[in-house]
Amino acid sequence: MKDYQAGYIKLALPKGRFLSPTASVLAEIDLGFQDYSDKTKQYRLRSAKFPGLSAKILQEKDISIQVAVGNYDLGICGSDWIEEFLVKYPAGALVKISSLNYGEGSIHVVASTQAGIANLDELSARGNDYRIVSEYPNLAEAFALNLRMRRFRIFPVWGAAEAYPPENADLAVLWGKSGADIATQGLIPLKRLLPVTAFLIANRESLENKDLSRILTCFSSKLTADLPACSPYDFGRRAEAWQAGPQTSIENGLDISEELKGTRPLWQAKEINLALPDGHQQAPTSQFLKRTGLALQGYSEEVVSRRPSADLDWLGIKVIRPQDMPLQVANSNFDLAITGEDWLLEHLYRFPSSPVKKLFALGFGAVKIVAAVSQEMPVADVDELRSVVQSSKLAPLKVASEYIDIADRYLRDNHINPYKLIPTWGASEAFLPEDADMLIDNVQTGKTLKQHKLKIIDVLFRSSACLIANKDSLASSDKKGEMEFLTQKLRAGL
Amino acid sequence: MKNQKCKGMQDLLPEDMLRFRRIEDVFRTCCRSWGYQEVRTPTLEYLHLFTATGTLTPSMLSKVYSFLDWDGWSGERVVLRPDGTIPVARLYIDKLSGQELARLFYVTNIFAFEGTGKENRERWQCGAEFFGGAKSAPDVEIILLAEEIIRRLGISNVGLQLSHAGLVKALLKEFKLSPGEEAKMTNRILEGNWQALTKAKSATPEIDRLIAALLGLKGKSSSFLHNLKASFPKASQDFKSSLEDLINVTTLLDNLGCSYKIDIAAIHGFEYYTGVCFQFLAAGEKIGGGGRYDNLVPLMNGEDIPACGFALYVDPIMELLPLEKEKKGESGILVKGKELTPEIVKTCFAVAESLRDAGYPAELDFTGREESNYRWVVLVSGKEPSPFMLTDCVQGRQRDAASMAEILKVVSEG
Repeated sequence: MKDYQAGYIKLALPKGRFLSPTASVLAEIDLGFQDYSDKTKQYRLRSAKFPGLSAKILQEKDISIQVAVGNYDLGICGSDWIEEFLVKYPAGALVKISSLNYGEGSIHVVASTQAGIANLDELSARGNDYRIVSEYPNLAEAFALNLRMRRFRIFPVWGAAEAYPPENADLAVLWGKSGADIATQGLIPLKRLLPVTAFLIANRESLENKDLSRILTCFSSKLTADLPACSPYDFGRRAEAWQAGPQTSIENGLDISEELKGTRPLWQAKEINLALPDGHQQAPTSQFLKRTGLALQGYSEEVVSRRPSADLDWLGIKVIRPQDMPLQVANSNFDLAITGEDWLLEHLYRFPSSPVKKLFALGFGAVKIVAAVSQEMPVADVDELRSVVQSSKLAPLKVASEYIDIADRYLRDNHINPYKLIPTWGASEAFLPEDADMLIDNVQTGKTLKQHKLKIIDVLFRSSACLIANKDSLASSDKKGEMEFLTQKLRAGL
Repeated sequence: MKNQKCKGMQDLLPEDMLRFRRIEDVFRTCCRSWGYQEVRTPTLEYLHLFTATGTLTPSMLSKVYSFLDWDGWSGERVVLRPDGTIPVARLYIDKLSGQELARLFYVTNIFAFEGTGKENRERWQCGAEFFGGAKSAPDVEIILLAEEIIRRLGISNVGLQLSHAGLVKALLKEFKLSPGEEAKMTNRILEGNWQALTKAKSATPEIDRLIAALLGLKGKSSSFLHNLKASFPKASQDFKSSLEDLINVTTLLDNLGCSYKIDIAAIHGFEYYTGVCFQFLAAGEKIGGGGRYDNLVPLMNGEDIPACGFALYVDPIMELLPLEKEKKGESGILVKGKELTPEIVKTCFAVAESLRDAGYPAELDFTGREESNYRWVVLVSGKEPSPFMLTDCVQGRQRDAASMAEILKVVSEG
């Protein structure tokens, strides 16, 4: 599959936090791509200087995986996502070439100031069942295992990990600019796992077999000289750096907590807990809530607070990612939540007996969940796709999706075989046609798909925002009155 | 689609299964005759069973197959059994803790990710555990049981190595490391990296001398341990009591004529051992190991029950056993029809059934292929007066037979 002779080199470039600094570094070393900017609508970039070099803009989380599987020869992404991959797949084909020396902050293990956890030794000594919430579930698990925690549970989240402790998690593994920055969120940094810097990474096989020297030469001025001795290539399988790294643990943890006790109101248990969405769903949800007459402070388009307050003293509210809500409601961290039907279904496919129930749809945030392929693919519907896959012209079918369980179920139900799922973190269209044959994703109008020369071959279902509830909360005699009051109130906004 | 087998997994073919069953049969027979009872634990267990006890090293834990079950929204992970002993200890605590003594054995597969491609990710072991037996005679019992099984399997040149987890722990204590560093050092040692210990900054020259002696000398009798005891009078109390413990076991082994080598490095992989540990080697491969783990049951919230056990590793043992073919030649009988009319097929089934009832393995053939590798072939023609033709494949003779009774008579006369 790889064409070493032709000399094509593929580079994966990050979106988001590292986009601008990466763009400036590339410009500085004369490896710039014209459309690599915050405003670009492109995913695919061509190098003006090197005709054989192409680049694609991907989510950082995807870059380490895509480079490891060999879809890209080189990539640039944060050390946090590299280690998140390497700690789970140390024998994978991902090679760190060098830090590029930009980036900020670190990945920390934190606890709430109110949890009464002052240092790591207490964690391993206590026999408690610790709940650890993180966008980095592999780093979190490795941390817990290395600390010999007797019992722990990892809750992977799509974001907003800082919002969980202390009620919904005991510990969080998250990014923070500094210990002080973390402290302003009411958290104590217990241990710094690794500093976050941008790294140039490569696929092992590409590095061993393919001439990447023209590109690597461009980077030569940026490859750090002050890295630990020996070769510039860090072939270290496991991330020794963060395991053995400077243990800036506790970072005056106790002092911080003392300071904060005066300034921050202590968290109090509420009878009913409601989760509201951040991101795209925040504006329409906020408008919807206004119609219900539920007065909220700290949840409007302008203000982003993780803990808005309501004029009902028994109601606790938190703002988290809609993707994470069904699992959180299942675990009784929340009684009610406003999320999408798509994410509820994704959760129920994964955990069929989960005690989460849809109460009613809210009528906004309507999307279609579709299966789409490249316009060039000669299939019009899923039946034709099945025959193409069966004829093994396209086997295994590579399917990119952020809805792993929905995609899995759809492919099984339609007898598409064999297939491979590529989990993504949004923007699955960037993967087609080079890195995936099909996507299963949500669309509002279908415009984006057309722009990227894709066509819809099937609509799986329609989804809109909905109110979900924990079944046990609904059945609880203690909560019944408040639950009914709140659902009635929300129903009034329809 | 040439190879559809999952990476790291293995198929056992008929000739492999013959060897596998031979190991299992010998193991079961021996265990039963020593009073052990067979148990079987599930393939899935909770992950916390293996973390809670602090029994698998972090590097082993990083290789378990763990996942969320279909009702795992609470984050409780389950694992494909990564070890044989811990599930049996769980079973003992859950179901048999009323019994003061329990001698249990099992044949099971265990799963661990293996990235080098050198070993399987699913491995089989035959294990026995003795709950409730305090030292030292039970230690000797399990060593002798394991040894008997290996002997009966006909494996020669087997070395028995003895170590003691308490000795290792007492030595580590002398370095006065922080709890974190000590845990790391323990992991390294359990992964076989003893150099880490010699490189570490030692507490006293006395300890250096002791470590050099322990790593450099391999004693072959309890006298060696007495010599050690005499040469290092300043060793810690923990060290001395562990040494005493090992002396008791080796003295018993000496008296029973069991030969061994004392090698402190013969302790591998598991944190749960507390006392005497041992491993068996043949042709440079570890084929089994075990030891005393008095803290495991209490750590898993059971009562304070001492225990010890061992496991034999089926995969390397299979490599040591000679390949054998299914021996049909001795007694196997092939029954075939001359034509495949309903009448003849019916007769074939009836003949085969009578032969099996009489204790002979009888296989049917409807393909008409020429068959060798059988003791007898019965050809059913259905034509009176002699509807059967009997071929003696060993003597190369044929004769007609008129009835089932006649066939049985000829076959029984050989």
